[in-house]
Amino acid sequence: MSNRSVVPFGPQHPVLPEPIHLDLVLEDEVVVDAIPSIGFVHRGLEKLVEVKDFNEMAYVAERICGICSYGHGFGYCDAVEHIMNIEIPPRAQYLRTILFEMSRLHSHMLWFGLLADGFGFESLFMDAWRIREKLLDMLEEATGGRVIFSINKIGGMRRDIPKEMLKSFRQRLEDLTEDLKVTVRTLLEDPAVKSRLSGVGVLTADEVETLGAAGPFLRGSGIRRDSRKLGYLAYDDIDFDIITHNDGDTYARTYVRAMEILQSVDIIKQAIEKTPAGEVDVPVKGFPNGEYMTRIEQPRGEACYYVKANGKKFLERMRVRTPTFANIPALTASLRGSELADIPILILAIDPCISCTER
Amino acid sequence: MENIWKDITEETLLNEVQVLRADKYRLVQQCARKTEEGNYELLYSFGKGYDAEHLKFQVAPGQSVQSISHIFPPAFLYENEIHDLFGIEIKDITLDFRGGLYRTAVKAPFA
Amino acid sequence: MGALNFAGRALKNLFSAPATIKYPFEPRVYPEGTRGHVENDMDQCILCGLCQMRCPTKAITVDKGSQTWSIRPFSCIQCRCCVDNCPKKSLSMGLKYQEPGSVKVTKTFELSDKQKELLAAQQKAAAERAAAAKAAAAAKAAGGNAAAKPEAK
Repeated sequence: MSNRSVVPFGPQHPVLPEPIHLDLVLEDEVVVDAIPSIGFVHRGLEKLVEVKDFNEMAYVAERICGICSYGHGFGYCDAVEHIMNIEIPPRAQYLRTILFEMSRLHSHMLWFGLLADGFGFESLFMDAWRIREKLLDMLEEATGGRVIFSINKIGGMRRDIPKEMLKSFRQRLEDLTEDLKVTVRTLLEDPAVKSRLSGVGVLTADEVETLGAAGPFLRGSGIRRDSRKLGYLAYDDIDFDIITHNDGDTYARTYVRAMEILQSVDIIKQAIEKTPAGEVDVPVKGFPNGEYMTRIEQPRGEACYYVKANGKKFLERMRVRTPTFANIPALTASLRGSELADIPILILAIDPCISCTER
Repeated sequence: MENIWKDITEETLLNEVQVLRADKYRLVQQCARKTEEGNYELLYSFGKGYDAEHLKFQVAPGQSVQSISHIFPPAFLYENEIHDLFGIEIKDITLDFRGGLYRTAVKAPFA
Repeated sequence: MGALNFAGRALKNLFSAPATIKYPFEPRVYPEGTRGHVENDMDQCILCGLCQMRCPTKAITVDKGSQTWSIRPFSCIQCRCCVDNCPKKSLSMGLKYQEPGSVKVTKTFELSDKQKELLAAQQKAAAERAAAAKAAAAAKAAGGNAAAKPEAK
C-alpha cells in the first residue's frame, strides 16, 4: 500500500524565477497528478486598450514580458497593420526578421543558462550568460534598449540599422559561433545531462497535439510545425529547416531548443546578406477598423495576437495568447509518472515564462 | 495557411466543436470581448497544421455557456480565464477554479 | 567529448581577463543611440507642449505660466516618443541610464533667460501682428461697407 500525499510546489521555489504554483499529488516518490495554479501576478494589461490609443499600445504590448518583448511588440503591430492594410517596406521586413532572431537567440541563451544552473552546472550557466551579454550589447546598439527595444511601430521601424552595423553584427556572430557550438555541445553531450533528461516526462506526438502544446515542446515530440513557416516577415526567403526530435522526452525538448540557437545564428546571417536598401517605414493615416489574428513563433512557441478595432482611436479588444499559457496543460501531463526530484528540471526544460502568462 | 471566421450560436457550439475534434483540430485559444451593445462575444480558435478556424458567438449578460473542456482538455484554463475576467458563467469545466484562477482585486475586471 | 571541450574553455577562462568590468570604478561605455534618459536643452525649448501630449506615461509636464518643463524620471519608460516629436529638437536622449533612487522625484527645469526673452519677444510680435491684423480687418470691413454703399445706391 503506497502513501498518497500532496506537495505544494511554488509559487516561490529556487528554480523558478517567476511565480507558478503546482499541487503535486504523490504516491510515494512518483507524481500521479499535478494541478496548476497561476494568476499570482496578473496585471490585466489587455484592459489598457481602453486608455491607451492604438499607437501607444505598442509600448504596452512590448512590456508584457522582458524576454519575449520583441515578439510581443511585433505581433501587436503586425495585427494592426493587417487591419489597416499597411504593407511595410522590404527593408523593414528584413530588419524585423534579424531582430526577431536576435531576440530568440538571447531568450534561448537565457533558458540555456537557467537549465545549466538547475543542474548545478554553474560554469556552463556563467558561460551561456557571458555569450548572451554580447548579444544584448548588439541589441542595444541596434535598438537603444537591452531588453525593451521599442523599435517597432505601426507602419514599420522607428529607426534604421545602418549597413556597417549589420556588417559588424555578421562578423561578431561569426566569431561567436564557435563559442556557441562548444557551449551547446557541452550540455547536449554531457553524460549526466543525458541520463537525467532521457526518458523522463515523455509525451507522444498525439498527446502534445491534443494538449495544445507549442514551440520546442511540440517539436520535441516529433511534430514538424513552426509558425515561422507561415510566411510572415522575410522567413519565406530564408532557407531553414524545422528542428524536431522524435523521443518526446525532456532531452528531446532540450535538444530542439539548443539546436535552434545555432539555427538562429544561421538565419540572422542569411537575413543580413539579403537585406535590401530602402525605406523602413510608411506613413499611417486614419484609425484601424476590423479584426485580425496574427500568429507568430515566439522563442517559447506559437503566440496569437487578436486585435478588434472599430474605427476609433482606442481599440476594442487586444488579446494575447502566449505560448507558456498553452503549454501548461501539456506540462502537467508530462509531470505525471515522474519522480519528485525531476520536477524542477522538467519545468525548466519547457522554459516557462510566467510574465507572459500573466498579461 | 487558411483563416476561416465563422459566426455560430451558443446552441450549436458543442456540435461545431465536436466536428472540429473529429476533424483532428487542436484548440488554439479562447477569449471573450464585450461588445458595444453590452453583450459578450466569445471567440474560439482552432488549428490544424497551419490552418485556423475561428468560431464566434454572442451571449447575453447572465447567460451561461457550456464548457468544451471535455472535448478539448486544455480548454479548462481559457474558460477559467474568461470566467474570472468577464464574469461569464461556464458550466461543467473539467477543472473549475470557481473564480480562483486570477487573484484580482476587483471581481470580473473586464466585464 | 563535450566535457573535454569545456575543460579547455574553463582553463582559458582561468588565465584570461574577466568578461565583466569593474563597475563603478571602470565606467561603462554606452553604445551610441542607447535610450538612457531624456534631456531637455532649455536654450531651445519653446514650451509647445507636444512632448506632454505624446508621452504615453504622462511623465512630462509643461507649464507655460511659470515657464518650466518638468519630468518625472521614475514614470518615464524611455520610449523616445517625446524626442521624436520635438519640433525644435531641444529634447534628446542621454546615454546614461536613469539613476535609481529611494524617493520618486520630479525634475523641473526653467527656461533660460535668453529663451525667455525670445519667447516674450515672439509673443509680443504675435500680439502686435494680431492687433495689426485686427485693425486691418476692421479697416477692411469699414472700407468694404463704404465700398458696398455706393453699389447699393
